[in-house]
Amino acid sequence: MADFEEKLADTPAEAEPAPSSEPEPEPEKEPEPEKPSWLPEGCNQLADGEYDAIVLGTGLKECIMSGLLSTQGLKVLHLDRYNYYGAECASLNLSNLYSKFQAGDPPQYLGSNRDYNVDLIPKFIMACGNLTKMLLHTKVTRYLEFKSIDASFVVQNNKVLKVPATPQEALSSSLMGIFEKRRFRSFLIYINEYNPSDPTTFKNKDLTSMTMRQLYVSFGLCDATHEFISHAMCLELNNDHLDSPALPTVLRLQTYCTSLETYGKSPYIYPMYGLGGLPEGFSRLCAIHGGTFMLNADVKEVMFDDDGAAWGVKVDVDDMQTGKRELQCAKATMVIGDPSYFPSSKIRSTGQVVRSICFLNHPLPSTNNSESCQIIIPGPQVGRKNDVFVCCLSSQQNVVAKGIYVAIVSTKVETSDPAKELIPGLRLLGQILQRFDSVSECYEPTGDGLSDRCFISSSFDGTSHFEADCDDLLSLYKRVTGEELDMNIDTSLEPDY
Amino acid sequence: MSGSVRHFKLVLLGDTAVGKSCLVVRFVRDEFFEFQEPTIGAAFLTQSVQLDSSVVKFEIWDTAGQERYRSLAPMYYRGASAAIVVFDLSNKESYNGAKSWVKELMRRGDPNVVIALAGNKADLPASQRKVETEEAQAYAEENNILYLETSAKNASNVKNLFVEIAKKLPQQAMQQEREQGFTISPPKQEKKSCC
Repeated sequence: MADFEEKLADTPAEAEPAPSSEPEPEPEKEPEPEKPSWLPEGCNQLADGEYDAIVLGTGLKECIMSGLLSTQGLKVLHLDRYNYYGAECASLNLSNLYSKFQAGDPPQYLGSNRDYNVDLIPKFIMACGNLTKMLLHTKVTRYLEFKSIDASFVVQNNKVLKVPATPQEALSSSLMGIFEKRRFRSFLIYINEYNPSDPTTFKNKDLTSMTMRQLYVSFGLCDATHEFISHAMCLELNNDHLDSPALPTVLRLQTYCTSLETYGKSPYIYPMYGLGGLPEGFSRLCAIHGGTFMLNADVKEVMFDDDGAAWGVKVDVDDMQTGKRELQCAKATMVIGDPSYFPSSKIRSTGQVVRSICFLNHPLPSTNNSESCQIIIPGPQVGRKNDVFVCCLSSQQNVVAKGIYVAIVSTKVETSDPAKELIPGLRLLGQILQRFDSVSECYEPTGDGLSDRCFISSSFDGTSHFEADCDDLLSLYKRVTGEELDMNIDTSLEPDY
Repeated sequence: MSGSVRHFKLVLLGDTAVGKSCLVVRFVRDEFFEFQEPTIGAAFLTQSVQLDSSVVKFEIWDTAGQERYRSLAPMYYRGASAAIVVFDLSNKESYNGAKSWVKELMRRGDPNVVIALAGNKADLPASQRKVETEEAQAYAEENNILYLETSAKNASNVKNLFVEIAKKLPQQAMQQEREQGFTISPPKQEKKSCC
């Protein structure tokens, strides 16, 4: 018998294998798989057909959601209409960037396409903020490397001044006079010691009723100091917080100070190769736990049942067998996604953000040749309500070719001439090689998703960090799962081999 | 005797169900499962190869199924010093697939990436073979990549595959052309709970 088998293995390929006792399979034609009853007329099944959750758009929040849900055992299908990860917060190479802005071919002097990872949305990560906690919680940190941002600046009286990162810098800073510096110092000591759960640290100040303005005044701080603390350290976007209870702003200042202590140069960190690495990292987390990803999947519609609840999606995709585009359908108990995938009745506008992506061949003037930095222009300094932000990155973060810098200027739109609103930021850049402007409409969901099964994230806001986006994510998570996300770092999760 | 340890990221590529995960599981744990789950459920696996004067430690990234709809993220290719492109010797389609993965890798990966083409399932009877050794060998030579025929099932050539790759990797940790960052780790359990 053994001989016979060996002989068989040596038989030339055209010979039929020995007949077995099993019945011959039907020749040629594969049995037509039975179409599930839920499949609409004219549609084929998309991927595995039935899922627990369908996630639309590979933006950061959507990828964190699919990562978290799949680690909990849910079967996730994740789709994106574009051929790259990241949606609104993608980091694009030159050719994708130029095609997105319909700007023709990239000029030769910018160098190699693969050296570029240009963020569409400029944001930095607070070293000790919620996004960092989420990265640690999910261990997505293992896919990413970071760099500290060199410095943070604030504009005061038309001058670009460094936000002090050390007590020494605070002493030599021209942001404040000598007596103001002492008051600033005692204010920071108070903030550092303040603990919301320990009344002995309150020093007779009730920050839940006292306003931020009152708190500043109680330390004798002048208006100019309020402004740089609030805008460049607490990262308030406008002055609304001054007349609201101080506590939330104080907590933001604490996050800033702890973040600053962690890495020294500035409170911000940034992933090598661009922010796009963040959604990619979470997508890998999801995939490792069985999630299915399809890019270049043109979602035609979210489908609703008679009660108005979403039950699936209809998508125009490349069929893997035929290579041709065709309509396919998948079903799930919930549909999660960014606002751009849902009917207009499910979302409402929250305003617009204007952004300008600029390539330079030099670091930003008056930033002491920082290879990476942020400049905050408090709105009131330039006759506006909302702040203008400038983020600058270089080859230090592997987001542009050597010798090139990318600066992104952004602000919340206040007038009918958004491009003009960026001028206070653009004029800090010096000579600009290339410039790409865009105005994005921002949306939020009109409902919580509980009855219509549409769980929609909010658009990325105009802030220069992810803190508000994390709050939105936590809310989304709670709506989807009915539970608060436990962000404690679980070291048992998914051990390395 | 072991000498220095050099670390390299290695990525797997190839069509679905050609045995990518099986090859890794065989190499790393010396196990084989006929019905290996489509993904191995780990971020990445590590295993070392002993060469004459040094040790090469591989950090092996599996596609985690993201190859199914050709949705691998740029992160996957980034920083990979080596890649194994796998196909199933009994499936011509997967061989054509492998050739397009090689092309994709050359386009998206590091210019110096060491590529090995692995014709897997060499244990199957010759009657089931759909890709001839000469054909794949010629293709590999043309593209200056390694070619080995492996069987994750009976372990043949699996370790050898990694050894051959290790031999082709640069002797010195290369002068990093690119900037490198730091990884963030959980805060020490002390003082402030805020971070």
